[in-house]
Amino acid sequence: MSSDHADAGDDVHNVFVTEATVDGNDDGPLAGRTIAIKDNMSTEGVRTTCGSAMLDEYVPPYNATVVDRVLDAGATMVGKANMDEFAMGGTTETSAFGATENPAAPDRVPGGSSGGSAAAVAAGEADLALGSDTGGSVRNPAAFCGVVGIKPTYGLVSRYGIVAYANSLEQVGPLANTVEDAALLLDVISGPDPNDATTNDGGADSEYAAAADGDVEGLTVGVITDLIEGADDDVVETFEASLDDLEAQGAAITEVSLDSLEHAVQAYYVIAMSEASSNLARFDGVRYGPDTDAEGNWNEQFAAVREEGFGPEVKRRILLGTYALSAGYHDKYYKKAQDARAWVKQDFDDAFEDVDVLASPTMPVVPPKLGESLDDPLQLYLMDANTVPVNLANLPAISVPAGDVDGLPVGCQLIGPKFGEETIIRAASAVEN
Amino acid sequence: MSDSPVDADEVQHVADLARVDLDDADADEFAEQFADILAYFDALDEVPEVDSDSELVNVMRPDEVQEGLSQEEALQNAPETEDGFFKGPSVS
Repeated sequence: MSSDHADAGDDVHNVFVTEATVDGNDDGPLAGRTIAIKDNMSTEGVRTTCGSAMLDEYVPPYNATVVDRVLDAGATMVGKANMDEFAMGGTTETSAFGATENPAAPDRVPGGSSGGSAAAVAAGEADLALGSDTGGSVRNPAAFCGVVGIKPTYGLVSRYGIVAYANSLEQVGPLANTVEDAALLLDVISGPDPNDATTNDGGADSEYAAAADGDVEGLTVGVITDLIEGADDDVVETFEASLDDLEAQGAAITEVSLDSLEHAVQAYYVIAMSEASSNLARFDGVRYGPDTDAEGNWNEQFAAVREEGFGPEVKRRILLGTYALSAGYHDKYYKKAQDARAWVKQDFDDAFEDVDVLASPTMPVVPPKLGESLDDPLQLYLMDANTVPVNLANLPAISVPAGDVDGLPVGCQLIGPKFGEETIIRAASAVEN
Repeated sequence: MSDSPVDADEVQHVADLARVDLDDADADEFAEQFADILAYFDALDEVPEVDSDSELVNVMRPDEVQEGLSQEEALQNAPETEDGFFKGPSVS
């Protein structure tokens, strides 16, 4: 079955790579709701590009577990959402299918890598969306587009049928206009899956939507000072106003410092790139991929297909990951990054001895202008400073709109202990009030 | 500057290991960018050794045949097939 390509006439923000309607069950908790699915999630009979020329014509023969679950719950899929190529980026500009515009901030990026998912919800193209979050890829675009996004505890949601980037870090997460809707979608997708051995039963009988009751009386919120220091002043002011709201509703606000966070971005990129260099070895042009005219033996044809199919950011990460794992550099980069990861985990565990949730601005900046930030990869990596620690520590976090700076959305990030989804949902629903 | 600098030749060597062809202009640009990125990664030297108590356990299931893709489905995205097999380039 072939799928319809996006019609540029209707899709003014380039939210979708492929517009295709797949009806779900008549009944269920998501009946009557439309949903956009990030284009790295396998959809049976509907092409799944991962934002890459490498998978331009790839049509999966099966559904990802999360896709089955949302269809079973009654949602109607309306399209495959644009994304950074192989989820590598924070602006959705590395997509082989063109950039997506931020519906909440014209001429600005929607964030990434799940930029199409967040933009679909912000523009009203879909009621709900699924994204994936390896280092902030749900929370970042949620913050930039003024919607809600959740990164669940590692293993809460199945990754079966998701095109892998960095397995030890990534989770599928919901995006919606309200905390309650995002929580409802998390209720639907969470729970163990025999096809993903890293899933656990943390979300088996969840009632996350019911936790969006706004009751923060007696809740202790620790503000992570290390993540305030690098943020723009206007962003911090908006974030602090949402803390004042929480305080007015009965929460106690305190300050927390985590020394390990100074090394979180480096650790994240070394680990993510290393895992990517291994995961993306499967794209060899034999089982799927572009049909090239390359001559030569296996290695030569393999290298030619990969030159053609991958964009610059993907090549950069594959090469840096290969370098970090190569003989002589493994201990210096990869092993040290694992030490830093364990340190970040310990720091969070210690902090949760004293507070119920931790808070920071989701992004240290407002959404950049389209085309402004692609020249300097390191500067883009640094934009992830506030989101990557959560992935390193396997923790849940939510981004909820905190307000705006001159009309540009700012997100408040609330982080919980392992399986603390209900707590962060409750706190976020109070920020929303 | 990183204490493990890479030049365009080293970038080409890594690209060869990763099986990605690069033209010379890309290799030059990557060498420049990698210098900045690797210099930033060097801060990991300051990280102390940390003992992590792994919570990981093996997950096993009975070795029973389950439903899977048909041969036709498995082959449907391949650029080239022959007699029900994937067709790849010669190995040497």
